[in-house]
Amino acid sequence: MKYLPIVWRNLLRRKFRTAFTMGAIFFAFLLFGVLMAIRSAFAMGVDMAGQGRLMVIDKVSIINPLPASYENQIKTIEGVTDTTHANWFGGYYQDVKNQFPTFAVDAESWLRIYSKEFELPEDQKKAFFADRTGAIVGSGTAKKFGWKVGDRVPVQGTIYRRPDGGPWEFTIDGIYDSKIKGADKTNLIFHYAFLRETIPERSGMRDRYNWYVFTVADPDKAPEVAAKIDGLFANSPSETKTNTEKAFVADWAKQVGDIGKIMVGIVAMAMFTILLVAGNTMAQAIRERTNELAVLKTLGFSDGLILGMVLLESALIAIVGGGLGLALSYTFITFSGDPTGGLLPAFYFPTPAVVTGMALVLVLGLAAGFLPAWQASRLRIVDALRRN
Amino acid sequence: MLSQIFAVTAVNIRSIRARPGSSSVAVVGIAGVVLVFVAVLSIAEGVAATMKASGDPMTVMILRAGSDTEMTSGFGGDSVRIIQDAPGIARDGSGAPLVSPELFVVVDHPLKRSGSPANVPLRGVSPEAFKVHDKLKIVEGRNLEFGRNEIIAGRAAARQFVDLTVGRTLQWGQSTWTLVGIFDDGGAVSESELWCDVKVLQPAYRRGNSYQSVYAKLGAPDSFQQLKDALTANPQLTVTAMRAEEYYGSQTQTLQMIVRTIGGIIAVLMGVGAIFGAVITMYTAVASRTREIATLRALGFGNFPVVVSVLVEACLLALVGGLVGSLIAWLAFDGFETATMNFQSFSQIAFKFAVTPALMGQALFYALVMGLIGGALPAIRAARLPVVTALREL
Repeated sequence: MKYLPIVWRNLLRRKFRTAFTMGAIFFAFLLFGVLMAIRSAFAMGVDMAGQGRLMVIDKVSIINPLPASYENQIKTIEGVTDTTHANWFGGYYQDVKNQFPTFAVDAESWLRIYSKEFELPEDQKKAFFADRTGAIVGSGTAKKFGWKVGDRVPVQGTIYRRPDGGPWEFTIDGIYDSKIKGADKTNLIFHYAFLRETIPERSGMRDRYNWYVFTVADPDKAPEVAAKIDGLFANSPSETKTNTEKAFVADWAKQVGDIGKIMVGIVAMAMFTILLVAGNTMAQAIRERTNELAVLKTLGFSDGLILGMVLLESALIAIVGGGLGLALSYTFITFSGDPTGGLLPAFYFPTPAVVTGMALVLVLGLAAGFLPAWQASRLRIVDALRRN
Repeated sequence: MLSQIFAVTAVNIRSIRARPGSSSVAVVGIAGVVLVFVAVLSIAEGVAATMKASGDPMTVMILRAGSDTEMTSGFGGDSVRIIQDAPGIARDGSGAPLVSPELFVVVDHPLKRSGSPANVPLRGVSPEAFKVHDKLKIVEGRNLEFGRNEIIAGRAAARQFVDLTVGRTLQWGQSTWTLVGIFDDGGAVSESELWCDVKVLQPAYRRGNSYQSVYAKLGAPDSFQQLKDALTANPQLTVTAMRAEEYYGSQTQTLQMIVRTIGGIIAVLMGVGAIFGAVITMYTAVASRTREIATLRALGFGNFPVVVSVLVEACLLALVGGLVGSLIAWLAFDGFETATMNFQSFSQIAFKFAVTPALMGQALFYALVMGLIGGALPAIRAARLPVVTALREL
């Protein structure tokens, strides 16, 4: 510790360079935070998908709804513990540009299965169950439109039409939140029964659901359960495709495809370039002091001590710059969340990635200092003193 | 003064070769940033280009009122007949209106790149469709025969999805289709689609006699308003009409918004980071020449020429970096075709990265700014250092 003042003086000898090197590292690690957030955003929350949850959709296309009668048949399969269903409604508020994910669901089973994703007080739940025209909305969407519990809000649908052409009037009975990081807090759910009233019987679309969700007792048996369900409906007019929620989310993310991967690739490249430049400058700062290190050696400083001091110096630069960068991007991304206003709900900085970031900071500090220090320690004092 | 500037600058530039290390770090740093900048924005450009190719100015798109995409629109065959008689629509030689009612569904089909299922748009059309979409031509195989379970695939769809080759049989649910041809539509969105006979598609998807959109050709460029007014004023119809240009412009809003927002954040952070990078590189380059610069000043060269020469050097290195970066971006990404999810239509849309000259110009300008800012601080420092001190520096 008593050598800290020397390290400190060395850092201050070219304040300008030290500051700008730290600045470059700071921005590189800000980028690192964005990079991690983009990665998780384009994975579309695959990490959050429920382990023991499976989905059933129409085999040909998710836009073809499945008959309501399937629910009881799914329930009879061994290992299935709970089921629910949903219809994609495509709701928007006032202007078609203000769309948010809206589902017509069976309220009780939905909130049972998605209890962690849709957290809300018991009394709000009760009010919702008892209210035919009630709805539960995510805190994100509620905040965006300034909705409060008890408000009556008109919501238009892009898929379903009321016979009178007007909007659906929902009462906001509850606002859900979730402790899960990156959880989608933009959804609105309402009773399927309310939607059903407006679907003409002759359309053939009544009592048909876009997808079923069910839970299994043993997630390891999920593939067998899925195969049984698909077998049950094989060769019917509505054949099914059953898979884990995780697999569906992963497929969905793959549909978005290369864009996410390309963005991650290029940001990583940019970060690497900046780090390369910063690392080179840090190494340069030490290389130009080779003869000073020789003086220290002459005075009796051991090779190990000199190496330690140099490493400490470059590690300090990396830690201050990188640490601040990581801290700022973490705080900023966590508080501001999705920059696109609801399109990428899973835009967040995953906590494990912070550890990766810190490891990178250390590697940078050590790698940039090690090479020149090692070169200097190998030089004979006489040669090093002569080097200019 | 001028001759001094030229002299010092010439010395600087000629001595770049003597300092390959620090110079190449500057070039590589800026090239990296420019590459990223161009690559990200070329995605947005590419998507925009596809949309532009789709929006024929003479084509009008009619959807159910309140729908923003074909996917969520829908009306019965009776509405189509009313639309056909609306004023302002072009007619062919026999007097039949150029109106194409279409049905738009998506089917689950595996992607080549991941092997995982994705939504392919499947469009049911009638014979009139080929008169309205008049740029479309078959490039392989033949056109579909109406009344049969035949499919033609857009070029981009054929490249992105498995098994979309002429002669293949495809099975979706209980209907079996034969792919008989591949079509080109001038780079439009339809090239990401599969087309079939709407009359065959309707029962397969239990759609009765319903359609989701009507494409109509205008009789004259200015008859759009007339057609729109006639359609919206008709009490038998609840439809909205818009130019195809406008429709396709709105179709990728979500995608564009994502790419541009994220791309913007990345570009700004990277730009600032790169300026810091450029500053320290130029700083190192200048610092290692402190004595040389002090010698010049001792010889009588003024401060201003020294500043200018360092700036010119920085800009030159930045320009080289910018050129290298945009060239690599152009070589690596221009024309690279990939597909992504179009959130509005819920289906795959293929597009090509477009590294346009305008984009490259923008990138070079960006590189120059980085060089200028990066060079300014070290240049001023070099000029302000007292000559005696500087001469003693290592």
